[in-house]
Parts: sequence; structure tokens; C-alpha cells
Amino acid sequence: MSDLIHISIGAAGATALLGYAVVFFALVLLLGVVSLMGLFTAPKKPAEKAVGGIPAPERSAPVLVTENLAPLAPGTAGEVKLYDTDPRTAAMLMAIVADELQTPLNELRFISIREIKEEDQ
Amino acid sequence: MNITGVLLKLASQSGFAAFFLTEGGWKNLIMIAIAFVLLYLGIVKKFEPLLLCGIAFGCLLSNLSYFIGMGENAMYHPELWTEFLDAASPYYHSYGHILSNAGLLDFFYIGVKAGIYPSLIFLGVGAMTDFGPLLANPKSLLLGAAAQLGVFIAFFGAVLLGFTGPEAASIGIIGGADGPTAIFLTTKLAPHLLGPIAIAAYSYMALIPLIQPPIMKAMTTEKMRQVKMVQAREVTKTEKILFPVVVATFVILLLPSTAPLIGCLMLGNLFRECGVTDRLSDTAQNALMNIVTIFLATSVGATMVAQNFLSWDTIKIIFLGLVAFGISTAGGLLGGIVMYKTSGGRINPLIGSAGVSAVPMAARVSQDVGRKYNKNNYLLMHAMGPNVAGVIGSAVAAGFLLAVFGG
Repeated sequence: MSDLIHISIGAAGATALLGYAVVFFALVLLLGVVSLMGLFTAPKKPAEKAVGGIPAPERSAPVLVTENLAPLAPGTAGEVKLYDTDPRTAAMLMAIVADELQTPLNELRFISIREIKEEDQ
Repeated sequence: MNITGVLLKLASQSGFAAFFLTEGGWKNLIMIAIAFVLLYLGIVKKFEPLLLCGIAFGCLLSNLSYFIGMGENAMYHPELWTEFLDAASPYYHSYGHILSNAGLLDFFYIGVKAGIYPSLIFLGVGAMTDFGPLLANPKSLLLGAAAQLGVFIAFFGAVLLGFTGPEAASIGIIGGADGPTAIFLTTKLAPHLLGPIAIAAYSYMALIPLIQPPIMKAMTTEKMRQVKMVQAREVTKTEKILFPVVVATFVILLLPSTAPLIGCLMLGNLFRECGVTDRLSDTAQNALMNIVTIFLATSVGATMVAQNFLSWDTIKIIFLGLVAFGISTAGGLLGGIVMYKTSGGRINPLIGSAGVSAVPMAARVSQDVGRKYNKNNYLLMHAMGPNVAGVIGSAVAAGFLLAVFGG
């Protein structure tokens, strides 16, 4: 115990190396476990389909499923879900975001727009 | 009634007289000035104000009320805690002796000494943390590990500067950039250094936006900083519920000394994610977190009595803390650069610096620096993965040091 209190420089170096290795070992082990868990519980990738010649959305994006899927306008990325927001306000918000980012609107992808009420905060 | 005598007695018992009549009383004046500076930094500069205001006021209260030889009105009694830790003292580990002689801040400090407050803070942190980004990209865990480099380099540096092993371990953990973990480990290994270590940890955490960007720029090329990362995959509710259970099981079995921190962190996260304990999650995130923060901050500040704080060791700790933060940032960036190379340039190495914990400040710095070089780049959610991995990594590092030096 006294050796550890008045630790030598060599022992301190060895402890530091061992400690860093233990941290890596623990987190690599955790990486393995989490990855394994992901294999069983991660969502299945949706089948990609082209609708009306328009490429399907990115894999990671949520897919909006409707009964009668109308062909989308060229350049669009899909439909945006609106919660407690009227289309006019949504259009203005999307335009403001596009202007702020200096990126054409058809290169942006809006998934949903929701009005945050005071009690939600 | 002798009015003159009463007035003289009041005057001689006052703190004003004690500054000049007691041994080292003038040092209290310096500590009071330091408390004012910390209050200024917390209130005006907004450096971790929730903690720094409490720490500064705790420091102010203990240095206004405690003078050597005049301890009867003190709110915090360092000599009680010295006896508590002295194996040769009849009051060794005697909470009864503490309770019968304690001032208000001594009572608060019992929660620090017993490791209760840091663990409860971790419960709140767990309830506030979304581990989704980490689950979407589990490789982030490697960045959380890489960013613990500063912990062990600072530990080694502290030994070189003459600190004992337990003291050096407590100083090194500043590099984990996690206040509760630093406090937890220091109260176990080197409680006499708690004040300077807590101040260094929280001050540097507040200064992360100033400390990290120059290191990030020095270690990465402009091309690396401009890398846009692809959107991470969705994470299911099942994964989020299983995660705290799995992490607690594996990490605690591997390193039992991490149980209080990892156990509480993951319990809080389970409250958040399981969907049937919303009330508990809300309490852990808000009411409990706020109450514990008040007790933790004031009692840590109270340990900054002049006799303990004003020493060369404090200056060394402040210096080593800065080294630890800088090297941990560099370690995380190195990990990021390795991942950039091995992924064929698909991972932005700037997210590596977020592995130093300090949630969410370090992730925000990655986002800000990334956007400076590519204004359409949004690294925040990618950086949150290493950021929360850093919380786990620093708890594991603390667990290792406690296992080695905890006796």
C-alpha cells in the first residue's frame, strides 16, 4: 500500500498505461455488446423503390406510407408532416431556413414541423 | 451591566478582528477575494453558473465564519474532517463526532464525503441524456476512450511533481472533464484536495470553448474539418431501454468500483427511456438535480478554507488540470483522425474532441468549429455520441484509479 502512496515514476508510468488500456478494453467490450444488441433490435432497412422515376428517399429517413401514393414533383424529397401548423406558416419557415442556410429549398429535407406551445417547453 | 465590556467582547469575537488577531486570519481575506472573483465569473461571465455560484458562496461562508482558534461559530470545521480521516485519531471515521460538533456546511459535506451527491448528480445526468447518437454509431465509444488520455498523462505528471499516488489519481481525473466524477474520486482518495480539484474541473469545463478550438485546428487539416457525415440510423425504443441495463451489467461486473456512478447514471437513463416512470425521470432531471446541485456546490466550496487552499499544490493542480484537458482533447482528436483514415474520410475527426465528456458543451464546440469550415455541416448529433461515451469513459477511468489506489 505504501508503494502506491509514494509511487515511483516507473510504477506511475506503468499504472497510467495500464489504466488507459483498461478504459479501452472496457469500452471496446461495450462496443461489441452494443453492436450485438443493435443486430437484433435495430429497425429493418426499408425496401427502396423508385416512385414515378424519382429516387427513393435516403435509407435513414422515415418513410411516409399512404394508400394512394401520388408521383412527387421532380426535385422534391417527399412530404413534410405538419403538427399544429398551417401550410402557410410551414412554407414561410422552410423559406426562412433555406435563406438562412443559403441552400436551395429543393436540396433541403424537412421531416416535420410542429408548433411548440408554452406548456411543451 | 458593563456596556463597554460587552462591546469589547463583541468586537473581539467579530470576524473583522479575527482577520488580524488569529493565526493566518489574513489568508481568509484572500479567500474571500477569490470567492468574489468566482462569483463574478459565474454571474457575469456565466462560467458554469449553476455550480460556480454555489461553490463561490460556500467558499465565502466558510472563510467568513472559520478562523483558527475561533471555530465555535464556523459553518465548516476542517479539523473535524482531519480527525475523521486520521487513523490514529479516536474520532477516525466517527460520524457521531462530526454530527455532535458540526456546522451547517459540515452537515452538507457528509453527502459529499459519503459519495451521495456525485452519484445522485449522475442519476440526474442519466435521466437528461439521450444515448441515441451513441447507439446509432457505437464506434463513438472508442472516441470516448481515446479522450481519457489526459487523465493518465496528468496522473503521471502529478507524480513527477511530487504528489502521492492517490493525490495524482484525483488530479488526473480532472482530464475526464466530468465534475461529479472528479468530486467522487477525490473525496475517496484525496479529500484535502477537493477544493482546488473541483474548481479546476468546473473552471476548465466552462472554458472548453476557449481551450479546445486551437487544439482542434492545430491537429486537423481544413479538408478533415469540412467532412460532412451521413445521417445516423434510427434507434428503436427497445435499444434505448436495453442500453442502460446492458451497460450497468457489463461495466459494473468488469469494474465493481464504478458501481455508484455507472449504476446511478444508467438508472436515471432507464427512468427516462422505459416509458413507465415519467414522474421519476422528471424528478431526477429537475427537482432532485437542483437540490443536490445546491448541496454539492456549497459544500465543495466550503472546503476551500484558507489553510487548505492557499498553497503551491493548488497552483500545481490548476496547471495540471489545464494539461489534462488539453491532452484529453488531443487524445480524442487522435482517435477521430484514426477513424477518419480508416473510414476513407467519412468521419469528421472534429467529433473526437467531444469525447472529453463535458456534456453537451464539448459537442457544441465540435459543431461550431465544423460549421466554421463548412456552413452546411451539422456535427452536433454525431458529436453527441463520443460526448456521452466520454461520460462512461471517465467513470471507467475513475473506477480503475479507485480500484488501484482506494486501498
